[in-house]
Amino acid sequence: MEKFEKLTSVAAPLPLINVDTDMIIPARFLKTIKRTGLGTDLFSTLRFNEDGSDREDFVLNQAAYKDAEVLVTGENFGCGSSREHAPWALMDFGIKCVIAPSFADIFYNNSFKNGMLLIKLPPEDMAKLMEDAERGANATVTVDLEAQEITGPDGGLIKFEIDAFKKHCLLNGLDDIGLTLQKDEKIDAFEEQQNAAHPW
Amino acid sequence: MSKATTLYDKIWDAHIVDEQDDGTCLVYIDRHLVHEVTSPQAFEGLRDSGRKVRRADKTLAVADHNVPTTDRSAGIENEESRIQVEALEKNCADFGVELYSMDDIRQGICHVVGPEQGFTLPGTTLVCGDSHTATHGAFGAMAFGIGTSEVEHTLATQTLLLTKCRNMRVTINGALPASVTAKDLILAVIGKIGTAGGTGAAIEFTGEAFQSLSMEGRMTVCNMTIEGGARVGMFAPDETTFEYLKGRPKSPKGGAWELAVEYWKTLKTDEGAVFDEEIVMEAADIKPQVTWGTSPEDVTTIDGHVPNPADEPDEFRRNKMERSLEYMGLEAGTPMKDIKIDTVFIGSCTNSRLEDMRAAAEVAKGRKVADGVRTLVVPGSGLIKELAEQEGLDKIFIEAGFDWREAGCSMCLAMNDDKLVAGERSASTSNRNFEGRQGPGGRTHLVSPAMAAAAAIAGHLTDVSDLD
Repeated sequence: MEKFEKLTSVAAPLPLINVDTDMIIPARFLKTIKRTGLGTDLFSTLRFNEDGSDREDFVLNQAAYKDAEVLVTGENFGCGSSREHAPWALMDFGIKCVIAPSFADIFYNNSFKNGMLLIKLPPEDMAKLMEDAERGANATVTVDLEAQEITGPDGGLIKFEIDAFKKHCLLNGLDDIGLTLQKDEKIDAFEEQQNAAHPW
Repeated sequence: MSKATTLYDKIWDAHIVDEQDDGTCLVYIDRHLVHEVTSPQAFEGLRDSGRKVRRADKTLAVADHNVPTTDRSAGIENEESRIQVEALEKNCADFGVELYSMDDIRQGICHVVGPEQGFTLPGTTLVCGDSHTATHGAFGAMAFGIGTSEVEHTLATQTLLLTKCRNMRVTINGALPASVTAKDLILAVIGKIGTAGGTGAAIEFTGEAFQSLSMEGRMTVCNMTIEGGARVGMFAPDETTFEYLKGRPKSPKGGAWELAVEYWKTLKTDEGAVFDEEIVMEAADIKPQVTWGTSPEDVTTIDGHVPNPADEPDEFRRNKMERSLEYMGLEAGTPMKDIKIDTVFIGSCTNSRLEDMRAAAEVAKGRKVADGVRTLVVPGSGLIKELAEQEGLDKIFIEAGFDWREAGCSMCLAMNDDKLVAGERSASTSNRNFEGRQGPGGRTHLVSPAMAAAAAIAGHLTDVSDLD
């Protein structure tokens, strides 16, 4: 997994609530057996007209935001399916950090497993950041994970909270499975005890 | 005396392998269901790192999302779908995982197959790369959906790194009104708490209305827990649970059965246990439900109307409502019963079990599907299809003009050929009315099986009691 330490990028505003996983990547694009290439179909319905041309009203199609690596959006982002194709698609497109008042649980976990940082902020900070993000090419923010700080375009600082273990894994690009396999003996012991108590 | 704990606390505590200083726990996983869409990249990860499946005996695989629901003798026509199903077959063969292949009568939707086979048991931790894994909580299991990284983690280690959920209880007091089904109960709950209301929570469902449900009904309720934002939904196991499980192929046998039941009877919330959040509703207040928008929280009663965004004070919510109504092609104030439908889908992991088939057939019996309405009745597994046919339900459906299909996920998420075209409107027994869920531009109204059958007969959304 790639490390996440510090990121400076234009922040794209997507002021929608309950952006679901079918919006992020519709089921018809889940027929791949690879993790890569999904960025092409990210936000397919919001991004493209029926004839395949770009929808000009969609933020990531606008010149100022085409290279945005930060997305600022509404509450309950990522609700719905457990498809990890949602964070894969966002990351494949180039989004490395999503900032919202809240996220759906499964999407939240899936994103961190792929090195994408999700930041939850209270409404007043969100309102400020959304306003900043709407400044187009001037909407540059810096996200510093170590310091747990977002620096806005006008130099204003926003602090954010994050689970200590998730932060540690992201900063160091750690693979969960490798960590867990170091606890193999504990898993063996658990299985032995469970097998004796509940042999079904 | 030890502290009073909840059902969720008990199962959580019984599965901790290790606890880190920051509170993250390594939790043992007893059962793992695998399907073709969220597993290929996980198996690829194992291969790349030279890892094995730690406990293939605790893993069960079935292809469901992509499979055709029409004649399968010629295989899968769509190349990408076929490759995904073939990849599952190869991965299961290579890693020694049991698989119910497409021509096995036990094949079906993973959340139907697990319980049906007795693979799902009370007190277990059960995961699957699918958000509707909450379904299995109906048995008093701690069951939740995971992404592909966690599928790989479970395959490799039979554990997951988790933080504990908060405890939430939803109680519906009083007897279930005659016209109200499990689907209506859970839609009413989601309407009340909202689609993010259960975020971070494990929900226990209690109260007479819930407890009187069959296992099928309880599965419908737990299945849609995720639509209220909660990963885990649970019922305390009771005689209804034990009765359902007894004699299932993978249920404990002989002496082990007696031991298991004895343990399962201890799996309930202690008196005095404190929940972080309590929701209490009255069954008498609940009517048959139907959704109007593009989130499962956009729900009203069948005798209700399409709401007016102008009445919504919150700007974000008002925008979302306006967007939903535009997408759905609906005008504020329209009576729900006036909404015409083109398609009826009866199926999905929410409502494709024998009881659901019976409920729909009862409405269909002796009636005819309205002109121009396309229907799909998709049983949840090959075994349900067989049982339904033994009861003659297939004949009832066919005589009424319904299309009787093979088992699979089908039009719930439109990964196979079963989909809506842009502008088409469905009454669907599935779980999500998201934009494009049943096909790009398709419009979905979520309802119970009886209401879906009634809509097919009437040609518009309707209450079962309004049929001639």
